[in-house]
This record gives sequence, structure tokens and C-alpha cells, in this order.
Amino acid sequence: MSEQTQGHGGQAHGSVKEYVVGLLLSIVLTVIPFSMVMLDAASSTVILGVILLCAVAQMLVQLVFFLHMNTSSDQIWNTASAVFIVIIVAILIIGSVWIMDHLNHNMMMGH
Amino acid sequence: MSSRPTIVTEPDLIFGKFTSDAIPFTDPIILPVMLIVALGGIGLVTMITKMGKWGYLWREWLTSVDHKRIGIMYVIVAAVMLVRGFSDALMMRAQQAMATASENGAGYLPAEHYDQIFTAHGTIMIFFVAMPLVIGLMNVVVPLQIGARDVAFPFLNSLSFWLFVVGALLVNVSLFVGEFAATGWLAYPPLSGIEYSPWVGVDYWLWALQISGIGTLLTGVNFFVTILRMRAPGMKLMQMPVFTWTSLCANVLIIISFPILTVTLLLLTLDRYFGTHFFTNDLGGNQMLYVNLIWAWGHPEVYILVLPAFGVFSEITATFSRKRLFGYTSLVWATVVIMFLAFVVWLHHFFTMGSGASVNAFFGIATMIISVPTGVKIFNWLFTMYKGRVEFTASMWWTLSFLFTFTIGGMTGVMLAIPAADFVLHNSLFLIAHFHNVIIGGAVFGYFAGFTYWFPKATGFMLDEKLGKLSCALWTIGFFVAFMPLYILGFNGMTRRLNYYDNPEWTYLLWVAAFGALIVLAGIIVQFYQGYVSIRDREINRDVTGDPWNARTLEWSTSSPPPFYNFATMPKIHDRDEHHYKKEHGMAYDVPKQYAPIHMPKNTWAGIVISGFSLIMGFAFVWHIWWMVILGVAGIFGSLVVYSFERNKDYYVPVDQIEPIEHAHLATVNPDGLREMQAQKQNFQA
Repeated sequence: MSEQTQGHGGQAHGSVKEYVVGLLLSIVLTVIPFSMVMLDAASSTVILGVILLCAVAQMLVQLVFFLHMNTSSDQIWNTASAVFIVIIVAILIIGSVWIMDHLNHNMMMGH
Repeated sequence: MSSRPTIVTEPDLIFGKFTSDAIPFTDPIILPVMLIVALGGIGLVTMITKMGKWGYLWREWLTSVDHKRIGIMYVIVAAVMLVRGFSDALMMRAQQAMATASENGAGYLPAEHYDQIFTAHGTIMIFFVAMPLVIGLMNVVVPLQIGARDVAFPFLNSLSFWLFVVGALLVNVSLFVGEFAATGWLAYPPLSGIEYSPWVGVDYWLWALQISGIGTLLTGVNFFVTILRMRAPGMKLMQMPVFTWTSLCANVLIIISFPILTVTLLLLTLDRYFGTHFFTNDLGGNQMLYVNLIWAWGHPEVYILVLPAFGVFSEITATFSRKRLFGYTSLVWATVVIMFLAFVVWLHHFFTMGSGASVNAFFGIATMIISVPTGVKIFNWLFTMYKGRVEFTASMWWTLSFLFTFTIGGMTGVMLAIPAADFVLHNSLFLIAHFHNVIIGGAVFGYFAGFTYWFPKATGFMLDEKLGKLSCALWTIGFFVAFMPLYILGFNGMTRRLNYYDNPEWTYLLWVAAFGALIVLAGIIVQFYQGYVSIRDREINRDVTGDPWNARTLEWSTSSPPPFYNFATMPKIHDRDEHHYKKEHGMAYDVPKQYAPIHMPKNTWAGIVISGFSLIMGFAFVWHIWWMVILGVAGIFGSLVVYSFERNKDYYVPVDQIEPIEHAHLATVNPDGLREMQAQKQNFQA
């Protein structure tokens, strides 16, 4: 079979360069939060914020460099599913935080 | 258990936590079961060996990637597990009927054993009966309904099935080796933590669910891709049959919700195995987060079970009312709305945990809103029947029974959605009655309806209609006799999961409920008898046309059972009820001018072998036998590597093989057309 740069569904198959860049970025994004925790580099609030930021960035790196998501019209289903999943995950996370906050307050967890 | 075996806290290097007294040889209830299972197993193995069928079984079934065969295997395993889960139900009903402070004494089950039974009942019925029935139906029907030759990832489909079997096996092994969880089917911590459940029961529960759950997730991805990408040319989304639509939505729910289950189980596993504190009482652990997470998966799971059943009813109602489905568009949108709302109601499973008025009000109202799209569907089916020529076949009996039963269950659900009422009814038998009312009356009746409806398509012969109706009647009556008393008992304050109670006023209604369970048992026996009779008389009941019900959707245009490649030529889709449209326009069973070779996947050993290694891994994890864990994990990855280097995964079915298969079908459904075509061909050759 000849080299394919596009799969059946129009999704691009990345180049070596893309994979290397993705790998490096994902390593950097792992090392930063890990080392901050291990070295106790800042206050716990700052570390927590950095971990969250790195996690979101990590997801985007994986989506773009390894799952080859982009906004081309060939990928309408990918984009639509991604948007749907982001909405549902947001509902679940915001809902859980809201619920757990109320529960912890009412049930006096940790007091 | 009569005598609790030694609980090993420091696992042995070779045997892990396993000790010789882990197998309950002395238990008066388990021992006979063990003997029966062992004898039955030996009998089955000798029978297959004697008939020389191992090679056939391996080549044609165990390694099959054919979605129809995988679907049939799902249903067979589900039927076996239904027997197991229903035995648990009977034991519970008997225990509660007997266990009161009257002259009857405390029942016959020790508390520890009773707790394992209700846990096993819930786990088995949801994960190993309802899920395989729904996924089995999807496997058989969806590719045929959309005009595809198989699912998008046939090997993955085989792997999903075998991973599910591993989960079922682990649950059954726990009956004979060790114990099962005694925590309730969702294993809330801290009870399910290592401190309060120190032995292996919860670990069996965790690994059985984890392994089969990953199989389910793979199924979700597989069918999502299949439905979106493999529809026959011309089939727009709004032309998909309703069962395919509801399956699509159920698979979206699987894809989004099952990862939550995986992670939640993993966190509990870490708590139990490595001493982390996600859900423990101390050191910052929070059990309420477990309840929150497990229901964030658990509520969508309810709709994974029931949405495809709604699809089944839609197909059956339209077929047997001899009418186009009323309000197709509204039915599809109602399904999509339910799919979305499934993610905004999970808190209603724990209103009483203490989240307060504003949170409870939000989730209570969201829950009540779900009854709107569900009500829309009920009216769709009613209006489809209205002024139709309704034929009362067995699958229509199940449908009518569903409409009646499910509506009652839905209404008690709206009652429970009111947080203030839930504070009274929560954790009572009222809740038990409610969810059995919707799961049995909604989902299970749907699977049975679909089973009856598509049985001839999958096997090539019909189920006995009279016995089907009898079984439906027994199930329906038995259901009401068994569960209406539980509504009353719930109102009277009887909580769930009691193995003993001291209020003699409840005894009478519990005997009624136990009697109801026996009526359901009669229904199940009739179903097995129906299977036996139908197989015995299969030559009389053969479905020669492939369209025994004069039905409307594409799967009925093939022969019964369909050829392994489903469609020799790709159908072009004109209408929502494609087969009906073709029959109306005289285009059904057109003889194609010529055939082309068909590209098909080869069967593969990989699914069953990889799952075999994950069984070893799961069992080893349960007993903390680390060398065996390494063996299992290495086996899984080794097989994956070997499989991925295999080149020879597909083949082409030659035209000489397709032609006789197709002509055999066409000779019954369109003999004139076939003769004409053959004459033309001969002329051409001459």
C-alpha cells in the first residue's frame, strides 16, 4: 500500500516532525508540574493552578499532535463530538464541584 | 458463610491471599450449586468432545468476528446469567418472607451470605444480563439496519465480547473461590474500603466490572463509528431506523460515561491495594465523592439500558400496526434530549446525602423534565397504533405490557424526583419497586420483545408464538404481584436490604411478593421451554422469505439468517422504511446484474486469547498473586504485539461463492426475476 497522508475519514496522518514536537511538549508539560511538587517550588495554591493549566495544555497537545484534530470541514464530526464532550465534561465537573462544595459545607467534612 | 475463612493480610509469594479454606466446601447452600455446576460443565465438555465439535466451535464461533454470531453469543451468556441473577432474587424473596420475629425465625441465610446475594443480584442483572442483552441486540440488528457488512472494527467487537465474558466468569468464580462483595451493587465506601471489607469480595467486584467495563467502552466506540460511517449509500441521519438512532445515543452515553466508571473503580482499587485515601474516612478522603462519581456514570447507564429498548418498541409498533411510525422526528429528538438530560440528573440518586435545598431543587427539576421527552415517546407509540391494524403477536404483547407497566414506573419516578418526598422514600422498598418497575417493565420487556421480533432474522426460524405470549403474561402478572407489595411496604417504612425485621405486619406482603417472584420464575421456565420447542420444531417454523413479519426496515430484505457478508450488493436508500418502500415499488429482491468480490475480515484468535490473559490478570489481582499478575499482563501485551504484526487479516469472498448463496434466497422470494436474469445471461453467453 502506498503512503497515505489521509485516512478514510479525511483525518490527517501526522509527519515525524509533528510527533517529535508533540512528544517534547507533552514531556515538558509533565515535568513542570511533577518537579514543582517534588521540589516544593511554590505555595500549594500556585502549584495546584500550574497543574491544572498544564493538564489542559496537555490535553490540547494530545488532541492536536497525536489525534490530529483541526478545524477543517472534513472533520465536522470530530469537531462536533469534541464540542459535545467538552460541554458534558464541563457539566460533570462544574456539577461535581458544586455538589461536593455543598456536601462538604453541610456535612462539615474536615471539621 | 458458615465459617469465615482466614483472612490473609500479608499475601504469600506463591498463593497470595489464597488459602485452602477459601473454597466453601462445607457450606450447605453453595456446595450443591458447586456440584451441579461442576457436573454440568463436565457434561457439556464431554458432549462437545464426543460430537467432535471443538474445532467447529473454535473456528465458527469462539474466534468469530461476525457481528451476528457475536450478538447471539451475547444473548446466550445473558440467558445463563439471568438464571444466576434470578436465583439470587428468589433466595432474597424467600429470606425476607421467612425472616421475621414470628414463629418463622430468622430465615435461612446468615447476614454475610445474604449481603453477598443482594450485591450479586444487582451486579449480575445490570452488568451481565441487561448490558449483554442490549449489546447483543445491537450486534445482530444495527449493521443490518444500516446496510453494513460488519461493524467498523470487527476484531474489537470480538475483544469486547470476550472481555465481558471474563467479567461474568470472575463473578461466578467468586461464588466458589472466596467470596463476593457484601456491599450493595455499587460498593459505596467506606464499607467497600479495605478496613471494612478486608477479604476478596470487593476485589472480585472491582475487577469483574473494570474488565467488562472496558469491553463495553470499546463496544461504544465501535458502534458509534459504525453507525456514523458505515451506513448504506443514501441513508441520511434522519432516515436511520429508530433502533439505530437509539443505539447511537446509547453508544454516545457509553463513550462519555464509562470512563467515569473506569476511573472511579481505579481510585477505589488504589485505596484498597496501595493505601491511598481517595474515599477513606481519614487523611482527607471523601466517600461522598465516590457516590457522586459512581452516579455520574450510573445515571447515564440507566439510559444506556432503556434507550435501545425504546428503539425496539418503535420498530415493533410500526411493523405490527401496519403503519409508518407516528412522529419519527419527534421520537428521534426526544431520544437526543434524553441523551443530553441523562448527564444533568445524577444527584437525584443521593438527594439525602446533604447537599441542601438549592442543589436538590436543581436536580429534582431536571429529573422531572426527563419525563417530558419520555412522555412524547409514549404518545408516539400510542398514535402509531391508533387507527392501525394492530396484530397481536408475542412481541406486540411485550410492547403493550411495557406501555402499561413502564408508565406506572415512570410516574413513581416523578414522585421520587421530588426531593421532599425522596427524604421519606429514599432507601426504602418503594425505591426498589420503582427501579424494578422501569428496568423490568421498560428495558427487559423491550429486550424480550426485540428477542422475539429478531429471533427469526438471527437464526432462520421463528419462536413459538403461543409460548411467547404465555411467558409475557406470566412475567407481567408476576411482576405486579412481586413488586406492588414492595411499593406498599416502602410507604410503610420498610428499608431495602433487610435480612431480618421485627415488624410482623410486613410478613404477609412479603409472602405475596415471594409468590410473585415464583410467577416470574414460571415465565422464565416457559421462555426456556419456548426456546427448546422452537429449536425442536425449527423445520416447521422456518423463515424462508427473510421477512416473516412483513416488516419495514432494511434488515428484513436479507435472508434469514443473513449470509455472513449481509449484503451482496450495497443497497441504495430511498426512504426511512426502506424495505417497505421497496416492496411498495416492486423493487424488493431485485436480481442484481452481477456480483463483485466482497472484502471481509478474517476470524481471529486474538479476542479470546487476550481476554483469557485478562482473566488470569483479574483473578491474580483479586488474590494478590503478583507473579500471576505479571504473567497475565505480559500475555495481554504479548498477544497484542503478535496480533498487530499479523498481515493476513482480511480476504475477498469470490463471486462463485456469493452467487449460489444469493440465488438460493432469490429463488424463494423472486423466482421469476431470477429465471429472467439467468435466461438473459445464457442468451448473452450464447
